[in-house]
Amino acid sequence: MVNAIEVSNISKQFVLRHTRSIKEAVVWLVKGRKGDLSEKFHALKNVTVEIKTGETVALLGLNGSGKSTLLKHISGVMLPDTGSVKTRGRVAGLIEVGAGFHPDLSGRDNVFLNGAILGMTEQQVKDRFDDIVEFSEIGQFIDTEVKFYSSGMYLRLAFSVAVHTDPEVFLIDEILAVGDEPFQRKCIDKIQELARDGKTLVVVSHDLDLVSRICERGILLEHGNVKFDGSIHEAVALLRS
Amino acid sequence: MSAISPSELTTPGLGSGLRDVRQSSFLLKLLVRKELKVRYRGSVLGLLWSYVKPGVQFVVFYVALGVFLGLERSPRNPDGLANYAVYLFSGIVLINFFSEALGNAARSIVNNGNLIKKIYLPRELFPVASVWVSAVHFFPQLVVLVAGCIIAGWQPNFFQLLAAVAGFLIVGLLATGLGLLFGAANVYFRDSENLVDMLLMVATWASPVMYAWTMVQEKLGPGWFAVYQANPITIGVELFHYAFWFPTTDGSAAMPPDLFSVWLPVGLAVSLAVVTLGQFTFRRLEGRFAQEL
Ligand SMILES: Nc1ncnc2c1ncn2[C@@H]1O[C@H](COP(=O)(O)OP(=O)(O)O)[C@@H](O)[C@H]1O
Ligand SMILES: [Mg+2]
Repeated sequence: MVNAIEVSNISKQFVLRHTRSIKEAVVWLVKGRKGDLSEKFHALKNVTVEIKTGETVALLGLNGSGKSTLLKHISGVMLPDTGSVKTRGRVAGLIEVGAGFHPDLSGRDNVFLNGAILGMTEQQVKDRFDDIVEFSEIGQFIDTEVKFYSSGMYLRLAFSVAVHTDPEVFLIDEILAVGDEPFQRKCIDKIQELARDGKTLVVVSHDLDLVSRICERGILLEHGNVKFDGSIHEAVALLRS
Repeated sequence: MSAISPSELTTPGLGSGLRDVRQSSFLLKLLVRKELKVRYRGSVLGLLWSYVKPGVQFVVFYVALGVFLGLERSPRNPDGLANYAVYLFSGIVLINFFSEALGNAARSIVNNGNLIKKIYLPRELFPVASVWVSAVHFFPQLVVLVAGCIIAGWQPNFFQLLAAVAGFLIVGLLATGLGLLFGAANVYFRDSENLVDMLLMVATWASPVMYAWTMVQEKLGPGWFAVYQANPITIGVELFHYAFWFPTTDGSAAMPPDLFSVWLPVGLAVSLAVVTLGQFTFRRLEGRFAQEL
């Protein structure tokens, strides 16, 4: 099997304090550059991860350990300071549900807009539109403005669009905990179906039982370092200990 | 973004600039449509606002400048501009287009920050979409302008119509280039917005919208006048005058010398240079958009 994702020795530093105005920057210069204009810390440090096509991987770690940051590097939203990231095929992220949804547009308009944002062509959205609506169980509300949706409906539609983009690599960040019980099960079934179809999955979730069921492999991050990379059961056990 | 072959390893997040925008024309279309829908949602007058605002603006300027300050030609004021109303309005619509396009493009990256920091897509789309939205708003104003021209006896030839297209293109390119530049800068320094607002105020007066170019030439002399002329907005406005205002006059009004042989190509070149600069700066800065927003 070939690699779907190759993360080679990447590091990423963030600044803790930001200077947002020209005035602040000038004052800092005039005062003889006292103090740091920006403090930095490593959100990722020398991270190397290779994921093969068709693998299902869970990213584990405490809050702030760098899971989302790593996913953003894989999707191309962020670029590493050093090291390199390579991916094979189309990558779609469910980094956050409904990013790109506009509350004042109808569900229908949002399906088209979000589909295009996730890289679908006009024809693809048209062809899959009925499937997207059916999966989301939105029914007649599809022409209602999204701001009137319950958070569950919102999530269902967003998730439905994302799974229908049919990418080779699927990045899922903390979205499985939302929505009602039956729909959650439906999402999980869908994700398992994607896994069976040979899609590559990278999943972040706090539900350790769930990721143990979906994923074979677990990568444990701690303060931006890879602390463990191996079977999901060992990774979960390590995190729980 | 659209045509990634599954057999190759690629580096995510490295776009190819404005070329990506052409590839994502479907998304661009939807972004423009979204903007238009959202803008006019819940406003009774809807797109009518696009007529009302420039209409009021026009009346104010016309009364103040044309009547009170005496720029309009009349029996008592034979040195004024013939059909000053048409002269004024043809410049105003172009400046309005530029102001709206640049103002919105400069804010577009920050305004779409939520999306940009979560999903990768060609970020140039946002400033470009802003310019397209402004072009849609420009259209009703153009209709009003043409109606006014026809009342004033407008009979343009093909060449004059072409001049209007060229003027619009030059100004649209300039707005795109500056929009990329300030849109990116705004992520790092939010005060760039104020800089843009200032620039837009200057732009209105730095081109012969309210007054005639001959007044500038008298005061500046040939050297500085050439600098004044090199401004693509000035060239755009003069091309619009040539297309809309000039055919309504008796043809005795003087057009700026070398408008077509020198200034049109200069305007196009300056605008293209600004697009190149804007695109270059944008690509230098966009790698850090997601973390700075
Ligand atoms: N754009 C940013 N600017 C500054 N710090 C950031 C930014 N994004 C994330 N961080 C910080 O980087 C660390 C890792 O964040 P993240 O990857 O979101 O963690 P996780 O998803 O594992 O909870 C956190 O300390 C977070 O505050
Ligand atoms: Mg996170």
